[in-house]
Amino acid sequence: MTSAVSLHDVRKDFGSLTALSDVTLEIEDNEFFTLLGPSGCGKTTLLRMIAGFEGATAGTIRLFGDEIEHLPPNKRPVNTVFQNYAIFPHMNVAENIGFSLRMLGWTKLEIQTRVDEMIEMVKLGALVDRKPSQISGGQQQRVALARAMAPRPKVLLLDEPLSALDLKLRQEMRTELKRLQRDTGITFIFVTHDQEEALSMSDRIAVMSDGKVQQIGTPFEIYEHPNNRFIANFIGETNMLPSTIDTVEGLNLVCQLEGGQMLDALANCDNIPGATGVLSLRPERLSITKTEPTGKILKGELGDRVYLGTDTQFIVKLSAELNLKVRMQNSFFQGANYKTGDTVFVTIADGAARFLVD
Amino acid sequence: MAAGTGSGSTVSAIFSPVRLWLLLPSWIVIGFFLLVPVLLMLTYSFLTKEFRGGVIWEFSLASYDQFLFDRGLFGDEAPVVKWTYINIFIRSILQAIGATIFCLLIGFPTAYFIATRPIQSRTIWLFLITVPYWVNLLIRTVSMKFLIRDSGPLNELLLYIGLIDAPLHVINTNFAVQLGLFYSYLPFMVLPIYASVERYNFTFSEVASDLYASKVTILWEVILPVVKPGIIAGSILVFVPSLGAFLAPDLLGGAKTFMIGSLIEDQFKGNAGNWPFGAAASMILLSLVLVVLMFYVRAQNKDQT
Repeated sequence: MTSAVSLHDVRKDFGSLTALSDVTLEIEDNEFFTLLGPSGCGKTTLLRMIAGFEGATAGTIRLFGDEIEHLPPNKRPVNTVFQNYAIFPHMNVAENIGFSLRMLGWTKLEIQTRVDEMIEMVKLGALVDRKPSQISGGQQQRVALARAMAPRPKVLLLDEPLSALDLKLRQEMRTELKRLQRDTGITFIFVTHDQEEALSMSDRIAVMSDGKVQQIGTPFEIYEHPNNRFIANFIGETNMLPSTIDTVEGLNLVCQLEGGQMLDALANCDNIPGATGVLSLRPERLSITKTEPTGKILKGELGDRVYLGTDTQFIVKLSAELNLKVRMQNSFFQGANYKTGDTVFVTIADGAARFLVD
Repeated sequence: MAAGTGSGSTVSAIFSPVRLWLLLPSWIVIGFFLLVPVLLMLTYSFLTKEFRGGVIWEFSLASYDQFLFDRGLFGDEAPVVKWTYINIFIRSILQAIGATIFCLLIGFPTAYFIATRPIQSRTIWLFLITVPYWVNLLIRTVSMKFLIRDSGPLNELLLYIGLIDAPLHVINTNFAVQLGLFYSYLPFMVLPIYASVERYNFTFSEVASDLYASKVTILWEVILPVVKPGIIAGSILVFVPSLGAFLAPDLLGGAKTFMIGSLIEDQFKGNAGNWPFGAAASMILLSLVLVVLMFYVRAQNKDQT
């Protein structure tokens, strides 16, 4: 089966500035695909190229196997939900939602039926006659969604649609978007800089930085098996300990930390002994105790703590320059017994350490 | 414009006791020098004329009667509507509409062009648009007359490049008047539209394009409705002074295109010297403008609800 959207060696230059290069992606039909990256990484540019607002400098963009490079936005069967919604201010909610259908030459009755359907779908019942200035940001968001989905696009592009909403609404809309995608079977391409959004909604994520795709994978793969330091750092929190490879056994390594300590680690590619890199340790895969446990441990002095509600994050000073973040769940852990300056032992969960070359 | 519905209550309360005193000079100047002349005209229009200017303080409807009826409303015979002045009036309205449309057709693309330039060069373009207006209106109108006369530069150029065989007769036509009015009032059209287009969110155009609208449809169904307040404001700012203009019709239009502005001017300055009649014509003109403005205000209010 052909991919919904297929990008091959896509490149985009703005004058002498390269916004995107070497972008090769296959986005499957029916998939919730997320482009995740910090601002300026080129994710929105990529989305605009699929929508047709920007042309590619080189490379091909295919939609269900057809090249679409020569088509203007109004000839592409994809629709966009814009970041600031841009609801037409001179039309009411129903007219906004029905706009594309009118452009496509649907009859009045067909439009009416479809608009009713969309209003039902995004739960905007009482607001059909309102102007955009008379509804809230969250409601505008729903209108933008309904408007973009009304003409039954093959692919729906969403450009940071939740970034303007407050936290509660944002969390609600995540579930809502996921539901809409599942119910309609439309391919969603979702752009965000929020890793939590990406992890919670996506089938697959492409992590981007500096105009390049760094890694493509499921949320689990991206989080648990980051390809490089950028991803390990960008997705969630991590500790990076400089280390040298001591022995190699397939992808299982034994690494030496700067203090001479040996630790087991997993690699994501072939390595040779003596190579240097970092060990990535997720704070939640570490735990602290006052009594020395058996197994692979690190010893340090307890520093500051940050109370986070469900968790407490501790800083453990391994040496003068080397701090370790450790996250303990508050449900079982008696944080009050631990004082700044105490000597603590850090236990590393099995398979938690990842060796990253770059 | 959608957000412009705030009432006085949104003004910070800190200023309210002081506000009255700060506004007092404005109230006095506006009240005295703007309102009193209008009231004076209103009064004059109901007085009796003195020959060679001036008025006799004696109530009379003669001026309005003269404007509208032939044999007199109060005479022995039945009154007959007199078309002479009404026709001048209608012609003035048509001329003003023509000038407004002319300004709109040229002004909208101009304003759109300026508003879509990089932000630094917009000021330069706006500056260029206003440069001719540093010259006195009379001088500008005379230059226009020179430019378009039968043996003027325009005709010579067109003859030279062979586009025409005989000089185009532009001077002393309706078109010449509209050209003159266009030249007089173009910035009043460009500036409000520019302000509207500058505030226009171009994402709307992208959204419309994404939703299968063609470029022409985007212009008609999205851009124009959204920048409508600017277009209406510009149209009023051109229409109103065009209606009462007398320089352009006098200098460029000749006798055939006599407009209400010239008629009124004649009553006060010229040989006719009939102040009450001039005042009455002014009042009729004023009422018409008020009606136009009322329609505008109503349209604005409807848009905002």
